[in-house]
Amino acid sequence: MFESLTEKLGSALRNLRGVGTLTEANMADALKEVRTALLAADVHFKVARDFVERVQTQCVGQEVLKGVAPGQQVVKIIHDELVRLLGEGETNLSAARPLKILMVGLHGSGKTTSTAKLGKLLKKRGYRPLVAACDIYRPAAIDQLEILAKQEELSFYADRASRDVPAIGAAALAAASADGSDCVIFDTAGRLQIDANLIEEVKKLRAKVQPDEVLLVVDGALGQEAVNVAKTFHEALSLTGLILTKLDGDARGGAALSIKSITGVPIKFIGMGEKTGDFDTFYPDRLASRILGMGDVVSLVEKAQEHIDQKDAERMAEKMRKADFNLEDFLAQMQQVKKMGSMQSLIGMMPGMSGVEVGPDAEKQMARTEAIIHSMTYQERRKPEVLNGSRRQRIANGAGVKIVEVNQLLKQFQQMQKMMKMMKGGGGKKMMRQMEMMQRQGKGGFPGM
Amino acid sequence: MFGLFKKFKDGFAKTVKAISDQTAGIFFGKRIDADSLEELEEALYTADFGVETTAEILAEIRKAYTADETLQGRQAAEIGAAVLTRVLAGAEGALPPPATKPTVIAMIGVNGSGKTTTAAKLAWRLKGDGQMVTLAACDTFRAAAVEQLKSWATKLDIEVIASHPGADAAAVAFDAWQAAKARGRDYLIVDTAGRLHTKGHLMDELAKIRRVLQKHDPSAPQHRWLVVDGSLGTNSIEQAKVFHESFGLTGLVVTKLDGTSRGGALVGIWRQLKIPIYFLGLGEQAEDLQPFSVENYAKAVFGLDDQKV
Repeated sequence: MFESLTEKLGSALRNLRGVGTLTEANMADALKEVRTALLAADVHFKVARDFVERVQTQCVGQEVLKGVAPGQQVVKIIHDELVRLLGEGETNLSAARPLKILMVGLHGSGKTTSTAKLGKLLKKRGYRPLVAACDIYRPAAIDQLEILAKQEELSFYADRASRDVPAIGAAALAAASADGSDCVIFDTAGRLQIDANLIEEVKKLRAKVQPDEVLLVVDGALGQEAVNVAKTFHEALSLTGLILTKLDGDARGGAALSIKSITGVPIKFIGMGEKTGDFDTFYPDRLASRILGMGDVVSLVEKAQEHIDQKDAERMAEKMRKADFNLEDFLAQMQQVKKMGSMQSLIGMMPGMSGVEVGPDAEKQMARTEAIIHSMTYQERRKPEVLNGSRRQRIANGAGVKIVEVNQLLKQFQQMQKMMKMMKGGGGKKMMRQMEMMQRQGKGGFPGM
Repeated sequence: MFGLFKKFKDGFAKTVKAISDQTAGIFFGKRIDADSLEELEEALYTADFGVETTAEILAEIRKAYTADETLQGRQAAEIGAAVLTRVLAGAEGALPPPATKPTVIAMIGVNGSGKTTTAAKLAWRLKGDGQMVTLAACDTFRAAAVEQLKSWATKLDIEVIASHPGADAAAVAFDAWQAAKARGRDYLIVDTAGRLHTKGHLMDELAKIRRVLQKHDPSAPQHRWLVVDGSLGTNSIEQAKVFHESFGLTGLVVTKLDGTSRGGALVGIWRQLKIPIYFLGLGEQAEDLQPFSVENYAKAVFGLDDQKV
């Protein structure tokens, strides 16, 4: 998401190669470019200026370490400074039970979607969340939350007749304690920070429900305005955290740096997609690494751990070891990978691949493969060798693909089985050769493997 | 006409105040000096004008200041407004009378930019001009998006064609066009689902809507407008670029300019893509969708609209 900033920092620092000591003079050009890059990334003017000054003070006079390119050293300093700026502070939610969370923000920042995502996340963490619809202004906002709540099986409270937001909040609390919910998330209307009436309204709601967390939901692509927004909301409501949304886009996200450094309010979550599963805890160091193009491997591993059942994985590994891996297992494996999120969001976390666009093809390919296996009978999945011409044709018709694609899939599967058998037989070298061959064929194995 | 201008000014009054607050030392002071130039730089950056436009405006004011050290704040503001007017020359979009019936206007953009609201407001506006309008609820993805558009339509008494959630957006557009044609409507406004420009498969869906509409009328959708949140920064330029590449934009609508954001990114979009700006969203009421005027915008940003400067 911060690709462009990364690129720009990269090119600004390249000029520093082959320098002995960092001085104001040899840093000047690079730092000027860093400032421009930050401004172009929507970091607030003052924040960018301060940031550059701090980095400069830290860099000047430092000897370039042996074996380290000066550029790398500066990158390290910038990285550390970014981590500091993004804050190593408390990114966890309050431990209070019942946990009351108030969601606030501008129009269209993603409050309702984030409310549902947060509800889902907390449910996974063992809470019984209730989401309360306090947006009485936007047409159908209540419906939107209700649909999402139903989808995620969260308790839901709304009072369509009432125009009294604080009263709705209080009633939602009562409803929550009545049905045994131990977490209430209040979804409020979008409001401009300068709309005195609406700010007053949400202040009253805050006073009434006494939330443990007040989270400001901010569009990751927000411009310089971010600072005004965060400042005013913070003054009015004493924010406890930020949620940055739409970071699955290519916004450079300078707003995150600005808001964090001006208000000191920690960033707690980031929204990475429209599906209710695409919600992640915010880790400043990971984000800083991402900014500098170092990838986000930790997130990827955690995502895998969260979604892949350990026992399933072991069983699968055992099957592979015994070369007793059939198409049904393959399908299950593919579905597990899918559970982790979109291919694009996974690829984005890999080091050096932050700028790579997966494109719809890979996802499409995966869907086709799935469709083909779905069109087989259980027997066929377990024993692909029974697949003769007419069965293959039937499968192709069922999956809506050409018979060539079915053949391709089966051929790849056979190759994979062969490899597993070789692994079993300990034929390591032979296997490597086999893999190279597969790669040369340009297929690179199965999608999702 | 006077009412129109007043509305525009009212919507921007807050904006004007904000930039005046920030630049009080420059535009309200008697003379320009080095410090006030620096403040001006900050003000321009924080208005999201971007590096290029900021540099251009500053260069001209500096030049004038070098030539005449007694340069007054008011004059500096006028120079700024003049540069902005020059940069934005030709950026005003004007909707011609519908050449074919129905003329299709597709509203596209990222999530939360204000497409549904803008579609409703635009329909209301065209209706006020005596045009007959049908709305097509093609955001079949976001929960309750159809209800949102329907609710606006009921309020403003405008016809809307919708389907069930999860329906194929292109199919809804296809049906809506047929309905609009049969009823002799002048305009069909197509509200689409929000999509981040980085998602290839969602961009493909837009192409499909277009393809399907073209089965009815090869020139449809005649207008392809990107709805941009005015409080976003430079990423809106990136958004516009990608949407333009894949959908061939013909216009822009910049929303949410009733806050303190000055929508400077629209200047960046115009500079790079030369897509005309048709309307600005200056508030939550139906009449708050106002035609874009370069002169009014430049004046409002620099606090020159008939206020004491």
